[in-house]
Amino acid sequence: MSENMGLAPPKNPPIRLTLEIVNTGFKQRVNELSGQNMDACYQCGNCSSGCPLAQEMDILPNRVIRLVQLGQNDDIINSETIWICASCFQCTVRCPKGIDIQAVMDALRQIAMDEGIDHFGPDQIDPELAASVPQPGLVGVYRKLAT
Amino acid sequence: MKRIGVFVCHCGINIAETVDVKRVAEESMKMDGVAYAQDYIYMCSEPGQTLVREKIVEEKLDAIIIAACSPNLHESTFRAAAEEAGLNPWQCEIANIREQCSWVHSDREKATSKAIHIVATIVQKTRLNESLEPIPVSITKKALVIGGGIAGIQASLDIADSGYKVILVEKDSSIGGHMAQLSETFPTLDCSQCILTPKMVAAGKHPNIELMTYSEIEEVSGYVGNFKVKIRRKASFVDWSKCNGCGLCMEKCPAKVSSAFDRELATHGAIYVPFPQAVPNKPVIDKDSCIYFKTGKCRLCEKVCEIGAINFEQEDQFVEEEVGAIIVATGFETLPVADLAEYGAGDVPDLIDGLAFERLLSASGPTVGEVRRPSDGKVPKEIVFVQCAGSRDPERYKPYCSKICCMYTTKHALLYKHRVHDGQPYIFYIDIRTGGKGYEEFYHNAEEEENIIYLRGKVAKIFRDGDKTVVWGTDTLTGRNIEIAADLVVLATAVVPKDSTAELVKKLRIQTGPNGFLAEAHPKLRPVESINSGFFLAGAAQGPKDIPETVAQASGAACKVISLFSRDHLEQDPAVAWVDEDLCGSCRICISVCPYDAREYDEEKEIVIVNEALCEGCGSCVAACACGATQQRNLSDSQIKSMVTASLGGV
Repeated sequence: MSENMGLAPPKNPPIRLTLEIVNTGFKQRVNELSGQNMDACYQCGNCSSGCPLAQEMDILPNRVIRLVQLGQNDDIINSETIWICASCFQCTVRCPKGIDIQAVMDALRQIAMDEGIDHFGPDQIDPELAASVPQPGLVGVYRKLAT
Repeated sequence: MKRIGVFVCHCGINIAETVDVKRVAEESMKMDGVAYAQDYIYMCSEPGQTLVREKIVEEKLDAIIIAACSPNLHESTFRAAAEEAGLNPWQCEIANIREQCSWVHSDREKATSKAIHIVATIVQKTRLNESLEPIPVSITKKALVIGGGIAGIQASLDIADSGYKVILVEKDSSIGGHMAQLSETFPTLDCSQCILTPKMVAAGKHPNIELMTYSEIEEVSGYVGNFKVKIRRKASFVDWSKCNGCGLCMEKCPAKVSSAFDRELATHGAIYVPFPQAVPNKPVIDKDSCIYFKTGKCRLCEKVCEIGAINFEQEDQFVEEEVGAIIVATGFETLPVADLAEYGAGDVPDLIDGLAFERLLSASGPTVGEVRRPSDGKVPKEIVFVQCAGSRDPERYKPYCSKICCMYTTKHALLYKHRVHDGQPYIFYIDIRTGGKGYEEFYHNAEEEENIIYLRGKVAKIFRDGDKTVVWGTDTLTGRNIEIAADLVVLATAVVPKDSTAELVKKLRIQTGPNGFLAEAHPKLRPVESINSGFFLAGAAQGPKDIPETVAQASGAACKVISLFSRDHLEQDPAVAWVDEDLCGSCRICISVCPYDAREYDEEKEIVIVNEALCEGCGSCVAACACGATQQRNLSDSQIKSMVTASLGGV
């Protein structure tokens, strides 16, 4: 592909796949943390079609898995999707290949947090709202969305 | 006057949606000679046929007309039903109101009117139909199988095992075909040689099979049961009756010829066997490459052959054989890489096709099963496989799916991973099609467990960059373009009919379909027969298919031949041409127009007679006959005249 000749960065650059990229360990790490096999996904899209929050996501769940398959970690850990996922298990119960996609989302959040990407902190919540939320709920939210 | 019954079929909605079938029946009742008319939803079904049989008896019908689909489909069905009810089968006619009416029209009123006209036309023919008796024809109970790949081998073995003689003709010096080139076979990964070579040996040794390798069909005449075949036995310049297959000649031959069997990845001498497991294991001399034939000097092979089997004087021989049935199993080729301009047109060194990759994987291949790329012999660490290279591309190449590529490409990637554990295979595909027993499971296993990266998109361009072969593709699943600098690229090129198919079908007088593959008599119900009686089809010559399907079709074709041979004699349709001896002026124009060689001059009677066994009833001679001496049974001039009148709305 032609190099960027002093122009603005390309909006949709090609993925240059190499042996190293697809074997960086990102996919393997997701597999280990989630206990799932990312290569088992054959991209039917059932997880996305049933997801109640899909309309709020920047990358649909099936495409998140696709990007893991191709070792595109940056795209995923910087995505909104992994934080918007409510862990409702809809995708998990529907997956025809038995992949626990919710567990994959958990793993991706964990990797993002390991990289220091906090999606949510105590300072980001309105104190009034915090006061009205039951404490276990607050703890749960911090555990899921922050380091 | 004859009492004619008209039976109008709805064909579900195929006819009834466009044609008012009830009105066709009502109008038929008004036609001269029609004593009964009825419609029914599926006339060919058991209740439909029962209706026909019952009404023939009840209504004392002398003839019936079935207004339904093409006579190609069910004429024989209804003639059998008529015969069962006591009618002569030639008193049953078909009025085609489906293919020639409902399927090609949309205006219900006009289509109904046309259907009525079609029935009226056939009523006119039926009124004057004679009762005929089939013409008995003897059968030569010996089969010819053309093509010695797995299809031809299987068909030959099945026919031979049932006790009939078979001549198996193969244009190469050995049988085995493409299957002999393959490494391992999907989805079980049996070694191709291990399952094929025993069958090759069995075919070579079978007392009922006569192998004619290095031979081609020169001429075919005759008809079902009684074909005459002229076979060219090409000069091999080796006396095979003397040759003991020691191989010394091949070792000593100084010429270097690119091996077609090894897909140009290796060379052999001008005297060679295509592969060591060849059957028969006898060499031939490639005249175009032989140093002696080119320069007049060398004859090294002759010197080393202790038994004097080399014979430079040998010439093509012709043998004539009589057979009763012919199986065409001439196989396939793949679209040449050179035809694919956007994939380098054959000029990119590390870009090969699937069959070449089979040779790289094969234990008996040029690299003894090690995957090494052609340019520098390096073991490729990244391989890109490109599917649909020329298939599913109606604008530029072939419109059809080549069917076997999804499975063999997955197999290639899998076998590559088994040989090169740290290698990375990528597969570009449009769709993965794995319809077959155990096929989807095979693909899933490869995808889940073997770290093969499947990329959904067609590759746009492949080019050389340094020692890499760069592939530009896309992955529609991420919506991102993909670029891979690979060490080797393998194209799953389209399966195409052999170049020689077109010439062969002319000799056999059988048909091919739009893409050049052999045409079957019916796509669903007669898939192993040609429309021309006595010819049967097996294997990829009829369309892309894998080994299990090929073997099944070959056994099917063999079964058809065996069923043909199990009869005492054949029955030929008697609706053929005949000659009024008093009128024939022996101008012989009929001889020149007959495509079946069925007209011959009788010296004694001084007229031109009809060989009824050869006549196909095409009517060419009837039309050409200047003095009206030649007529066709049940299509007499008076019948045709009244049919034309009726079709135009007259009476």
